[in-house]
Amino acid sequence: MIHSAIHLVLLLVFPPFMLGVINKTKAFFGGRVGPPLLQPYRDLARLMRKGLVFSTTTTWVFRAAPLVTLATVILAGLLIPLGPFSSPVRSFEGDLILFTYLFGLARFFTTAAALDTGSAFEGMGAAREVTFACLSEPALFFGFLVLIKLSGSFALATMLHGPWQAPWTTAAAPLVLVGVGFFVILLAENCRIPVDDPNTHLELTMIHEVMVLDHSGPLFGVILYAASIKLFVLGSLFLHIALPFKSCHPAVDWLVILGEMTGLAVAVGSVESVMARLQMRHVPTLLIGAVLFCAFGFFLLLR
Amino acid sequence: MTLALVLCGVVAIAVSGVPGLLMDHRGQAGQTLATLLLVLGSALGMTGALGTLVSGADVTREGPWFLPWGMNALRLDPLAAFFLVPIFLVPALGSIYGQEYWKQPEHPENGRKLRFFYGLLAASMGMVALARDGFFFLIAWEIMALSAYFLATTEDDDPAACRSGWIYLVATHLGTICLISLFTFIRRTTGSTALVPIAESQVTSGAITTIVVLTLLGFGFKAGLMPLHVWLPGAHANAPSHVSAVLSGVMLKMGIYGMVRITGLLPRLEPWHGATLLAAGTVSAVLGVALALGQSDLKRVLAYSSIENIGIIAMGLGLALLGKSLDRREWIALGLAGALLHVWNHSLFKSLLFFNAGAIIHATHTREFHRLGGLARLMPRAAALFLIGAAAICALPGLNGFVSEWLIYSGLFRTLGTPSDPLGAAWPFAALGVPALAVVGALAVACFVSVFGSIFLGAARTDSGAHAHDPGKLMQSSMLVLGLGCAAIGLVPKPVLFLLERVVSGWGAESPLRSPALGDLAPVGWISAFGAGLLALAGLLAVFYLRSRRRGPVGSSVTWDCGYARPTARMQYTPSSFTSFVSALFQWSLWPKTHRPQISGLFPKAAAFKAFQPDPLLDRGILPALSRTARLILRLRLLQQGQIQIYMLYSLAILILLFWWGRSGR
Repeated sequence: MIHSAIHLVLLLVFPPFMLGVINKTKAFFGGRVGPPLLQPYRDLARLMRKGLVFSTTTTWVFRAAPLVTLATVILAGLLIPLGPFSSPVRSFEGDLILFTYLFGLARFFTTAAALDTGSAFEGMGAAREVTFACLSEPALFFGFLVLIKLSGSFALATMLHGPWQAPWTTAAAPLVLVGVGFFVILLAENCRIPVDDPNTHLELTMIHEVMVLDHSGPLFGVILYAASIKLFVLGSLFLHIALPFKSCHPAVDWLVILGEMTGLAVAVGSVESVMARLQMRHVPTLLIGAVLFCAFGFFLLLR
Repeated sequence: MTLALVLCGVVAIAVSGVPGLLMDHRGQAGQTLATLLLVLGSALGMTGALGTLVSGADVTREGPWFLPWGMNALRLDPLAAFFLVPIFLVPALGSIYGQEYWKQPEHPENGRKLRFFYGLLAASMGMVALARDGFFFLIAWEIMALSAYFLATTEDDDPAACRSGWIYLVATHLGTICLISLFTFIRRTTGSTALVPIAESQVTSGAITTIVVLTLLGFGFKAGLMPLHVWLPGAHANAPSHVSAVLSGVMLKMGIYGMVRITGLLPRLEPWHGATLLAAGTVSAVLGVALALGQSDLKRVLAYSSIENIGIIAMGLGLALLGKSLDRREWIALGLAGALLHVWNHSLFKSLLFFNAGAIIHATHTREFHRLGGLARLMPRAAALFLIGAAAICALPGLNGFVSEWLIYSGLFRTLGTPSDPLGAAWPFAALGVPALAVVGALAVACFVSVFGSIFLGAARTDSGAHAHDPGKLMQSSMLVLGLGCAAIGLVPKPVLFLLERVVSGWGAESPLRSPALGDLAPVGWISAFGAGLLALAGLLAVFYLRSRRRGPVGSSVTWDCGYARPTARMQYTPSSFTSFVSALFQWSLWPKTHRPQISGLFPKAAAFKAFQPDPLLDRGILPALSRTARLILRLRLLQQGQIQIYMLYSLAILILLFWWGRSGR
């Protein structure tokens, strides 16, 4: 019960902090002081107080999309276990499909809202978003197949806690491959460099930022907040494979989770600092690489 | 009792179009009468079918027969009843919809013909589901196929409709040839054409393989599995929309019904039988939706997406066959339940989308949806209903498509091994269906966001939709019923699972092992919980949003255009530009045609870029091959001189040849 409460609080409160850490890391690499770590919270609070401006071409779909997106990422966050703890919603067989398709629902509404504005730029971003999803989804499911094969279960909690308990001679190679694949998916799905640059200033080259160009005020705040939760949720999925740590005391475990999440944000920030964004036409190649990594992991297990 | 109800229903439906033939071709009375008869018959039949499903009864009945082969034998079991439900639902809603969509006074030349064959099609599909004898089945099958031909060519003055009608006619009869061979073969092997379980002692494994191959080919043509799909897009696109809904939502499923029925009769199967169907289903699903992405005709998009959905159904069924051959009861239960539920689901959301397409065509007089835009303002109800259908077809949580795909996913995951059977999977390659299904899901989102967005959202691209308006009450209510069905199955799947349990446990039930309860394999209660959670959370956020909106100022402005002062609606992303990025990933298999003009010089002339997506098999393979063959055969004309003397010479020459052959043979 107490763990569920902590899970819920972390899920709702912690994610914007990760954005702060990423920005701080990037500032560090750039030799700047950078905005304070808690700046994203201030930004969100300020956006929530602002008024709204709507484009005259938009309909209710445009207004509903941010709310649906936030609802889906929160529900997905209730399904995923954090560290060695079980998730607030008891895990059931097949919940990983629900988990993935909730993101599909969010994508449906986000891209529809982008088309609702009638702007060519936003259409462009939406087209990119749905295209990259066509590659990251099979990669994700190939990774799931590896985890299921290793853990013998397709309920998220047992599936994510199980793999490293298999003999490491079997598990290590596939899990490393899946780990690499999932990190690429994490970057792509959250629109980070090298797939998308959240700080770019040219509409032509954006993906996620361009889809939400016309959103303003509280609704834009909701979008930013939902995006950070998505980073948190997919990050915890990745951490189950990359750093499956379990100590003897729950309090230590919670601290470890916080540390791992912060570390992940630093890692994402470092990738952003040392790399440039790929050319848009090369992004599919990167994502196909992720599919192949996960698929090789699966075929290694079929020997 | 249930069988009698269903039969009464079928008869009422079959004759529903007859009174209209004798009535004034400019009056509405015949159509209203037909609709009333159809709805009445469907209500009777639906009562019988649902009664059978709930009670799990299995009724057979034999009657007098007038042909040397076969017999008049009917059977109403849960499997037949399950397929009867969409047969009684969709045509009835379609006829109500047709009251406004295809009014007799507006279509005096073909309305009566349409209604005659419409009733006949619905009734013959009912008889196909009821037949317990091969020849009886074939007769019903042929009536169904022919009435579908006359419906697809309702507008027989339209050359496109006639052409696609011909292609359909050829394809369906290729399938019928396989089916005639199938039932003849069954008769030779077992001594009777009755569709009863075949005993182990009656067949060799070669005979089983023959039966399976003929079943997959014969019924695959009707279902539209790739590469047997070539007739489907044209026939569905050129029929009136409520007919398309019946063809796509119900008639394709009769192919699936045939596969389920015949494979259920066989005592055992080889693993590769199921694997073949699984592979064919996977290819159909992925390429079907990829082809849908490239279409510019709304109804062709829906038709190709039917191929995709039939592929998903075939994946589930293939998994069930694989489970039957390896004796894995969980695979059978989840695969078959997923496939059958998707049959219902597809008939709900695809009919909804076809009805909606009809409403759009009615309002804008165009099927080229890249000419539209911003219709959500003029047709708000149609937009909301289209959104439900589109989200359901993308298998998004909260609607029915998700539940069936979830069952199929769960079955496919189990091919990796279960806790009781750890890592001991006999067929791990079946699990490759999982990433394939994920691709299908993502592509479907791309496709339907593009369709929904370019029709209903943004600004109008041309003035085609300037006078658009929501469809009339009857059209709306028939769509609303389907939309509510989608939401009901998506939010509360438990009762449907109970009905599915009846069907699944009756399928190929010779095995001594009892199938595990579907409810234990598939905890659908959680789906309901999450559906409710999603609605509640979104509702809560909406309340917060509305409050915050009241607090701050709300302005309105033009869409951000990067400072360009004169944006026009034609600058919007069109569906083809939206999907070109995705389609590029599939270029290797789809071969889209593009016409790219050379632009040179400082002041280039006006030029146009064209791109369209032909069917890779029909337009690039079959039709060119056929016309080449026709040209070759044309050379034989040299022999055909038109002079009687020359023909006499041929006869003489052949006679001499025969004599010579006969002598040398001796």
